[in-house]
Amino acid sequence: MSDNLLKIKDLHVMYRTDDANIYAVNGVDLSLQKGKTLGLVGETGAGKTTLALSVMRLLPDNVGFVTGGSITFDEFEVMKLSEQDMRLLRGKDISMIFQDPMTSLNPIKTVGSQIDEVLELHHPEQSATERARQVDRMMEMVGIPANRKGEYPHQFSGGMKQRIVIAIALACNPKLLLADEPTTALDVTIQAQVLTMMNRLKSQLGTSMILITHDLGIVAQICDEVAIMYAGEIVEKGTVEDIFEGTVHHPYTVGLFGAIPNLKEKTRRLHPIEGLMPDPATLPQGCYFADRCEHCTVRCRSESPQMLRVGETHRVKCHLFCNQSGV
Amino acid sequence: MTATETVSASGLQAQERFKKYKKKSQFRTIWNRLKKNRLAMLGLIIFSVILIIVLGADLAFDYEADAIAQHLSQRFKHPSWQHLLGTDQYGRDLLARVIYGGRISLFVGIATICVSLTMGIVIGASAAYYGGWVDNVLMRFTDMFLAIPHTLMALTLVAALGNSMLNLILAMGLSNTPRMSRLVRSAVLGITEQDYVKAARSCGAKDSRIIFRHILPNAIGPILVQATQTVARSVLTISALSFIGLGISEPTPEWGAMLSEAKSQMRYHANLAVAPGVAIITSVLSLTLLGDGLRDALDPRLKN
Repeated sequence: MSDNLLKIKDLHVMYRTDDANIYAVNGVDLSLQKGKTLGLVGETGAGKTTLALSVMRLLPDNVGFVTGGSITFDEFEVMKLSEQDMRLLRGKDISMIFQDPMTSLNPIKTVGSQIDEVLELHHPEQSATERARQVDRMMEMVGIPANRKGEYPHQFSGGMKQRIVIAIALACNPKLLLADEPTTALDVTIQAQVLTMMNRLKSQLGTSMILITHDLGIVAQICDEVAIMYAGEIVEKGTVEDIFEGTVHHPYTVGLFGAIPNLKEKTRRLHPIEGLMPDPATLPQGCYFADRCEHCTVRCRSESPQMLRVGETHRVKCHLFCNQSGV
Repeated sequence: MTATETVSASGLQAQERFKKYKKKSQFRTIWNRLKKNRLAMLGLIIFSVILIIVLGADLAFDYEADAIAQHLSQRFKHPSWQHLLGTDQYGRDLLARVIYGGRISLFVGIATICVSLTMGIVIGASAAYYGGWVDNVLMRFTDMFLAIPHTLMALTLVAALGNSMLNLILAMGLSNTPRMSRLVRSAVLGITEQDYVKAARSCGAKDSRIIFRHILPNAIGPILVQATQTVARSVLTISALSFIGLGISEPTPEWGAMLSEAKSQMRYHANLAVAPGVAIITSVLSLTLLGDGLRDALDPRLKN
């Protein structure tokens, strides 16, 4: 397992506010191999973005803290790097795409100069001409004519802005790309375009990617591995085949699939998961999903389930499968 | 990949493109936008004319003979070809005094903004960007100074530091700093939370770069407006200080001082007050127009 690019071990993240301590990430274990794409799925507030921000070490100052665990990126112990080293890593080796392209570009700088900035930061040895050529190349790569680089973000459509954001993220040829719901703010036709493009660029450049989303369709389309997140924990992980074709699932995953419309079956109503995620400020004892689970037992209320092995690459965190697993 | 091929195949074209890109530097685009704004151009023209007149005063007048030396036989002359605006109570040419006065007033006014802008940006931006205890400490100090009336503070500082031009500028700059810091802080605060600031951090940009390249240019609007107003206020503050003998001392011409001196002659010789008054209004107005236009020109979203 030496070709792991990113290894997250027992990560705990907490937000400390005046009113309460919010436990956003509770013991996440993840690993990502070079060139692979991991889909991180879960509902709003499950801690997906927090996880990505911790990898970048960009949790909000004075509020967000990593309280335990380790993140290893490419031999580096991320939590132990100095702020200066971290800055060198950001944008060059790890880069991030934010959810809303409308707000993640600086409105008063031309798009060209924004792509140029990241090059200037990480390749100070390049001349302005070389950088300009690279900016042209990046823009052509994401399918925007390079002669538009002197224009401002408001002159582009949402999809094109997201392409620019992607161009910025990929400009330095990063090893890891964290995409935080990159297509949520786009309409469906553009979504497909942007995703196909991201997938193409990713394989061209050999970048690994963590794709944060709540759209299972996207996951099926472009991910190699999937991790389902709930209340700051990973409740199920495996390859795309494990999750989409496997027979054994965490009740939450079953619920997630039940909540999306299916064209093949004739159903009148969707099946949403009843109830809400537990308040991350006061997490219950035992399994966090117990309140919403139809298979809930006494044991679920008192004892936190272990990550169980249910297949070659497939893991589920649920008491239901205690007997089936090899552990 | 086809896109890469196109680029490499036409290296010359890329070079050409780059030239175009380089030529359209930020300064250039801002200037192009500013040119379209008629009011701003009017402001710029008026202010340039004022500057040219003020700086070229020596061509038409002799500082010592026309603006300083007293000719008591010539006092309170009405406007004539010899004295275009008439003379004051000491027989000095009013036009010469207004023009020479501009040197001091405008210089002190502009130097004051430079001081308060620099200090205000450093204090305000770091308070807003870093937040937490940095914000608390800086803003409580600012609040403390805000509690002292602006003129009183300038007065105290001049009295403490001694009466000189440099100290005057320093005192007025410092007394404008708390207000400016507050303003910069509030302008920066909203922008610090924007996604593009987060995005810049995620690209590995340093704090200083984020503040100066990403946040401040987006917050420039209110700061610029405040800065142009500061010029007006500082001209009036100098006059207040001059009035009690702490600003510019008597024979030296200065707009504010001339204005307050003309007060006693208002009834019979209104031109003594009108001339420096009009000078103050014109320069402040032209700066305000220019400032407004500049603010609009700096925001590409307003471009039509």
